Amino acid sequence: MTLSIITPELVESHGLTAEEYDRIRSILGREPNLTELGIFAAMWSEHCSYKSSKVHLATLPTTGPRVLQGPGENAGVLDIGEGLALVFKMESHNHPSFIEPYQGAATGVGGIIRDIFTMGARPIALFDSLRFGPLTDPKNRYLFGGVVAGIAGYGNAVGVPTVGGEVFFADPYSANPLVNVMCVGIARKDRLFFARAGGVGNPVIYVGAKTGRDGIHGATMASESFDEGSEQRRPTVQVGDPFREKLLIEACLELMEGDDLVAVQDMGAAGLTCSTAEMASRGGTGIEIDLALVPRREAGMTPYELMLSESQERMLVVARMGSERRVKEVFEKWDLDAVAIGRVTDDGLLRVLDHGKVVAETPATALADGAPVYRRPMVPPEESADGHRLDLSTVPLPDDYSGTLLDLLRSPNIACKEAIWERYDHMLFLNTVVPPGSDAVVLRLPGGRRAIAVSTDGNGRYCALNPYRGAVIAVAEAARNVVCAGGEPLAITNCLNFGSPERPTVMWQFAEAVRGIGDACRALQTPVTGGNVSLYNESSGSAIFPTPIIGMIGLLDDVGHATGQWFTTEGNLVAVLGETLEELGASEYLAVRLGLVRGEPPSIDLARERAVQAACLEAIRRGIVHAAHDCSDGGLAVALAESCMGRAGSSIGVDLELGGTIRPDALLFGESQSRILLSLKESDWPMLQKIAASHEVPLQRLGRVGGTRFRLQGPTFVIDLPLADLEEAWRNGLASVLGR
Amino acid sequence: MKFGIVVFPGSWSQQDFYHVIVNVLKEEACYLWHKEADLKGSDCVILPGGFAHGDYLRTGAIARFSPIMGEVARFAEKGGLVLGSCNGFQILTEAGLLPGALLRNDCLHYRCKWVHLRVESQDTPFTGRMQRGQVVRMPISHGEGRYYIDRETFKRLADNDQVVFRYCDERGNPTKEANPNGSLDHVAGVCNERRNVLGLMPPPERAAEAILGSEDGRLMFASILETFARA
Repeated sequence: MTLSIITPELVESHGLTAEEYDRIRSILGREPNLTELGIFAAMWSEHCSYKSSKVHLATLPTTGPRVLQGPGENAGVLDIGEGLALVFKMESHNHPSFIEPYQGAATGVGGIIRDIFTMGARPIALFDSLRFGPLTDPKNRYLFGGVVAGIAGYGNAVGVPTVGGEVFFADPYSANPLVNVMCVGIARKDRLFFARAGGVGNPVIYVGAKTGRDGIHGATMASESFDEGSEQRRPTVQVGDPFREKLLIEACLELMEGDDLVAVQDMGAAGLTCSTAEMASRGGTGIEIDLALVPRREAGMTPYELMLSESQERMLVVARMGSERRVKEVFEKWDLDAVAIGRVTDDGLLRVLDHGKVVAETPATALADGAPVYRRPMVPPEESADGHRLDLSTVPLPDDYSGTLLDLLRSPNIACKEAIWERYDHMLFLNTVVPPGSDAVVLRLPGGRRAIAVSTDGNGRYCALNPYRGAVIAVAEAARNVVCAGGEPLAITNCLNFGSPERPTVMWQFAEAVRGIGDACRALQTPVTGGNVSLYNESSGSAIFPTPIIGMIGLLDDVGHATGQWFTTEGNLVAVLGETLEELGASEYLAVRLGLVRGEPPSIDLARERAVQAACLEAIRRGIVHAAHDCSDGGLAVALAESCMGRAGSSIGVDLELGGTIRPDALLFGESQSRILLSLKESDWPMLQKIAASHEVPLQRLGRVGGTRFRLQGPTFVIDLPLADLEEAWRNGLASVLGR
Repeated sequence: MKFGIVVFPGSWSQQDFYHVIVNVLKEEACYLWHKEADLKGSDCVILPGGFAHGDYLRTGAIARFSPIMGEVARFAEKGGLVLGSCNGFQILTEAGLLPGALLRNDCLHYRCKWVHLRVESQDTPFTGRMQRGQVVRMPISHGEGRYYIDRETFKRLADNDQVVFRYCDERGNPTKEANPNGSLDHVAGVCNERRNVLGLMPPPERAAEAILGSEDGRLMFASILETFARA
């Protein structure tokens, strides 16, 4: 062992507390050297260890008949029948994207794709949930433009279609934008791979790009808040190479067809350190590597740098003894470096050599699972007592309901997002049956008869005002979106984006949101198969809205049931399932019209939610639904307008009457939950009535599809607009803020 | 009929072509690895979409040096049918098998969307089942699809009826608004002088099943099959 002088300052600069350092010393029974300190700091960072979130995450439901793999692996796995498994996971790349938006987003895409194909699945689709500050600020426009370009640049080139996602703009995200990426892959159920290093003596093979000094300390960076100097950290953001990633996908999937591989893991956060420690820990084995064998592109790299580099597009593979040649051949075919750098051992240690000399040696489980677990103090923020209270008597009714609707359609949060998703290849692999722009995207499965419906959802504004209810709604809405597309919700993954866990109010928001996700997932029978926690999303002391993002997977037994949100047929009826209450709190309407972020988010009754979803799904499966659309941001009026505006040039009008005794603005723009807009043939109305009654769900008939005007009349209001006006507002809403 | 689909490192629509040829058309298909100079007895060679070699240089600039491209050129010289769409079109122009070049879209970003094309020539092995002036609907998905060629050569192309597709609106008018990338004279696809090599930006395999939004791309495959059956 080399001598080292580990000072308290050095410990602190690695983001470790004095207590954590003591714990490391007691695990090792000695002082760590610098390399070991770096290894522990990376593995025990919030980003890798989940030390502040673990106790809360443990309360989530993670099992179910469909769950083949829950949290703890590279990705979650569902049994979707007919011998197929669906592999999916969501991850954040918030911090890197704030520092360098293009590469931050690009490498986020690359990282999540690796988590999917390492399990033996071909990645078939990407989804992005994005949050930015208002686009009126040039800095936010720069971040937004860079992130979208990075997703496009990487996703298009690597050849995994980006088929969905969502974006939301609000002030608090100026402090820290969010870039959450989900990837979905399909594998044969009997060909799944798990990242467990097994078989003592098996070779550990390094594959892919050479190692450089990029990204050192990425994991610790992602575990700190930002201050004024954050842009100085650009060197800790890595640079992506989608071409090499494409080669890795093809080479790994080709090898996984045979029997040569035992386990594969991405070298993501904390690079070589994390992949070796986790694979050994999960496998109940040890790993020994010699750094002298690691391919590198810079001279003079120290063991410390080699172990912590986050150079992209690198994988660690455990092969079967005797398969080395075959593994090398396949990687060579794809022009990839593959070098055996070590072997699996039986001593439970991660042993790092440099030219045969030990430079670090620690128990693998102590790294992967030995981080301290914190029950951090929690306090509800004071303003949640009454600072958020909304007194509706102070909110005057609008003078012009038509104008208010147009203002909402123009809001970047509601406006058409085609300007974003047309930059992404969303058709590759010929699966996209319901394209982006609807509640959920529908992708057909191999064989062509069945399909999946996928949605991502989250509402930071709701969660800021009531994190428990906001999180319940995020799950419910994601499920509702999937149901509207014809899918039966199966399971979720998530990405939990919050501020600093060291602040008790943030920790309280986190715990409340996790409690909400748990309750909703239990009620809707959609277990949590994994996810990602991103904390410290704040800069200069100002935190983002607490933002749990939910990625929901649904299954369609018959792709013919795939349903879009768009009205298609002149003369069809329009009806709404569910009930509109006088709820305006936390609404987009208040934010757009009055700049208010106040009030309680809409109430939600999970039993009612289930009933509404069941009724909708039954109607779709009976083949009577031409369009189904969730009523969410902007309420019923916005949902109706969105359903009128399909593909450019194919819009269709409506003539409707809304009854109700509540405030007209709540009736039109309130965001009451558990409501679904449906369109169907007149002759099918009795069947829909019967279905709604059997599920004890309120059903209201609103009128008919047809014509070239949007006409919506109520007891004390009328909205009557030519479709062209709706189109102008909605289609140009985002583009006009972007100045194009 | 046997279709050979060339796979470069970074190609990504080879599986899509394979699916359409084998599962939809019920014909034979095989993959042709770029390092092997062997067309495996293919009757028609397809250069698919993607980012061959990452396209970090000009699109297609490195792919043209792959061993298989020499065979593709010899095959074309003998009159064999070669179809390149998207990246395949870019590679064919770089390899000199088709005239012109494909530049960055004038909007400066990638675009994936449905477009309309007007069939400008029925007189190719790839468009025999279409009608001149017919409007077909296919998607595009590219960042560098702006066709460019010098005026003089372009005139020769036009005179030779080598412009096979133009971007147009749904009524068949080639307009600036309907042109998604700023292509010269709205050109979406061209063939060589001998008419046995076709390149186009829209990938026809994405428009071969009604459930995906259009079956118009099947007309191209049907034309190829008919050409082959007659030969």
